[in-house]
Amino acid sequence: MPETELVKVHLKVKRFDPERDRKPYWQEFDVEMEESDRVLDALHAAKWYHDGTLSFRRSCAHGVCGSDAMVINGENALACMLLIRKAGLDITIEPIRGLPVIKDLVVDMEPFFEQYRSVMPYLVNTDDPGYTERLQSAEDRARFDDTTKCILCAACTTSCPIYWGNESYVGPAAIVNAHRFIFDSRDQAAGERLEILNQRSGVFRCRTAFNCTNACPRDIKVTEAIEEVKRAILYGRV
Amino acid sequence: MKVHHHSYDAVIVGAGGAGLRAAIETAGKCRTAVLTKLYPTRSHTGAAQGGMCAALANVEEDSWEWHTFDTVKGGDYLVDQPAAEIMCREAIDAVIELEHFGMPFNRTPEGKIDQRTFGGHTRNHGEASVKRACYSADRTGHMILQTLYQQCVARDVNFFNEYQVLDIAFVEGRVGGVVAYELATGDLHVFTTKAVLFATGGFGKMFKISSNAHTLTGDGPGLLYRRGIPLQDMEFFQFHPTGIYKLGILLSEAARAEGGILRNAEGERFMERYAPTIKDLAPRDMVSRAILTEIGEGRGAGPNKDYVYLDLTHLSPEHIDAKIPDITDFVRTYQGLEPKTDPIPIQPTAHYAMGGIPTNVDAEVVIDAANTVLPGLYAAGECACVSVHGANRLGTNSLLDIVVFGRRGGQAMASYVDTVGHPDPPADIEADVRDRIERLKASSAGENVARIREELQEHMTDKASVFRTEESLASMASDLDALDARYERATIQDKGEVFNYDLTEALELGYLLDLARCLVVAARARTESRGGHFRDDHPLREDEHWMRHSLAYRTDDGVRLDYKPVTPGNYLPMERKY
Ligand SMILES: Cc1cc2nc3c(=O)[nH]c(=O)nc-3n(C[C@H](O)[C@H](O)[C@H](O)COP(=O)(O)OP(=O)(O)OC[C@H]3O[C@@H](n4cnc5c(N)ncnc54)[C@H](O)[C@@H]3O)c2cc1C
Ligand code: FES
Repeated sequence: MPETELVKVHLKVKRFDPERDRKPYWQEFDVEMEESDRVLDALHAAKWYHDGTLSFRRSCAHGVCGSDAMVINGENALACMLLIRKAGLDITIEPIRGLPVIKDLVVDMEPFFEQYRSVMPYLVNTDDPGYTERLQSAEDRARFDDTTKCILCAACTTSCPIYWGNESYVGPAAIVNAHRFIFDSRDQAAGERLEILNQRSGVFRCRTAFNCTNACPRDIKVTEAIEEVKRAILYGRV
Repeated sequence: MKVHHHSYDAVIVGAGGAGLRAAIETAGKCRTAVLTKLYPTRSHTGAAQGGMCAALANVEEDSWEWHTFDTVKGGDYLVDQPAAEIMCREAIDAVIELEHFGMPFNRTPEGKIDQRTFGGHTRNHGEASVKRACYSADRTGHMILQTLYQQCVARDVNFFNEYQVLDIAFVEGRVGGVVAYELATGDLHVFTTKAVLFATGGFGKMFKISSNAHTLTGDGPGLLYRRGIPLQDMEFFQFHPTGIYKLGILLSEAARAEGGILRNAEGERFMERYAPTIKDLAPRDMVSRAILTEIGEGRGAGPNKDYVYLDLTHLSPEHIDAKIPDITDFVRTYQGLEPKTDPIPIQPTAHYAMGGIPTNVDAEVVIDAANTVLPGLYAAGECACVSVHGANRLGTNSLLDIVVFGRRGGQAMASYVDTVGHPDPPADIEADVRDRIERLKASSAGENVARIREELQEHMTDKASVFRTEESLASMASDLDALDARYERATIQDKGEVFNYDLTEALELGYLLDLARCLVVAARARTESRGGHFRDDHPLREDEHWMRHSLAYRTDDGVRLDYKPVTPGNYLPMERKY
């Protein structure tokens, strides 16, 4: 185990309180952390021992719940997955872009979940399977494995320049979740989903910037999933 | 403070596995509101890794009776056997239903749901480990949570996201309504309703080293306790053997099921000495004690000799990537180690609350030793105590519990609301919540909430975890006196209405303090060792006196304990050896 000692971390956090502020401003904190601590721990140190009004979402603290996507040193990341060792001693933190800021690092997630719901993100199969599981080969199962990992943190969607410019674009996360069903051999609604994604606000808005793939904390190959969906639309088969 | 009023047939509090499964059941049957302080997909069910057991017998012979036996024995015979039987029998339906809902299980070469071994699960009453755990790599909970949420989206379930329930009111002996605080606005919402199902999850955040999320603060049990509902078996808390050193992040038992081995500083596979038959896959309470015994006897590793190793280095890299990709990534991210070549420093971590809100097998809350039902009140999942886990939960049995009893609770609630009229909205039911909030906001100087919480967590981990004594528990009790007094003077800096987590964290700490108190009082009274409750000063299990569930009631002079018998079944208590 690498032993750690305390280091001084300088946080610069973009703040906005709709009850007090007319526009966002930067607040700076100095906190003592170990290098193996998470950026989330540093935010906690700032909130708990310096300024209780600082607001951000978090829950699991180890990268599985998707609560704490934020822009850290200019890039989208989960605060609980980025260690001080990697983020450095000068850390700038802003809310994710493209969703309305409510307070400090808390954004309105509703538009994001609305896009998610628009792609029918659930298994559709009207055959009666009887009293047993549907069979699925390991190969068929593997086809959509990558996109099942999504935790809906919005890091991908809010890193996408097309999404920033056009809120009606469904965005990478919704496409990832559509992919998860389109390529599931048990599902029967691929056609409908592809039709939804073939619309103006759909998958062809994507200009393959790759920001989403870089931003994904679950290492989902987002761009590749989007390309697979595009090909499925173009060739009319999955 | 603005107050809004709503009226529903049923309210579900919590949207983890248990709450979502219940919501699927009431959808289309009665007007239901699901109130959740987190977006549903943020619930800690998503953190569950290893699997969900059901005797499908897809890869080898198995039966739900064997599963029941293991559950009863694993729970050190404090399990209510009819409940365990229901859970293990319905497990099979539950897994198949999840598959029909779209759950992406790992598959066998024939395309069936694959199964693997898991701690304490055996063939034929303890002969050898059995492959019973259905799984999706090491992200089974994530897949269950996503799948259930997807089904709720398909059914257009009515969610109130980021609504935190803070109180309940009873009218004429039955449920009348709940009070929720809306995080985005600071407004209060009164939900008048015929029935409420609590599914608020665990309360591991009373400990320092814990696998639980920051938000697992026991709000459901905490607020019901204050309204006179007893809490059952609170002394039984599970410490999972393999938490990441210092952080407590869980490394699933799946790591050992897939071949991982625990070693002390000398490299010895010490579990061979403690559980010769199933070794590293012995139940969690035993493995946690074994680890701390090794450390206590000087065979711990590291500069402070305070951890042991989980060793995966002998496994093939492909096997690790296919079966336990996430947890090995945690090790890379948080410890900077490569689990394919480096042994992993681990220590026991506070993991699961066996105790909670007492219920019967239909998830109806029962409020005394005679199991009297409080009409309209339900609980399911980790916040509840059925009791299927007894004194120690077996791995994979909680994901099972949440789906089986979430479903039963939803069903029972949907039929109950058909039989009763709407309660009269209880007058001024939000008064107490408003009071608590205004008091916290009004104070200008006082104790820092985070400091109180930090001390609570440190002391609980030191004094009331894997090993306990009268001395350590008495000392914890006086710590709690001091912490309670400081909590009375607690203050918050954020006086605003919008996303005031400063406020909600303060309220949550109140629940943690109350629940820690219940745990300590019940643990002091139980002068025996059983499952997750181990007393150094009373190291033996004593069935004659202690084969009974504790019930902790709140009174003005502190916790009052009562007891109720364990419901027996086919399996007679015997010594727990593996
Ligand atoms: C790291 C980890 C790994 C695990 N692995 C396994 C495993 O492999 N197999 C297994 O069987 N079990 C496992 N468990 C245990 C199991 O995951 C949990 O016990 C189970 O998921 C709990 O589900 P739940 O629905 O009861 O609660 P949760 O999923 O915790 O959900 C609680 C819900 O309640 C809501 N809530 C809480 N308070 C309030 C309030 N005041 N108002 C409104 N809403 C509120 C939250 O928003 C949330 O939606 C694991 C646990 C952990 C921590
Ligand atoms: S807090 Fe859960 S993903 Fe970061």
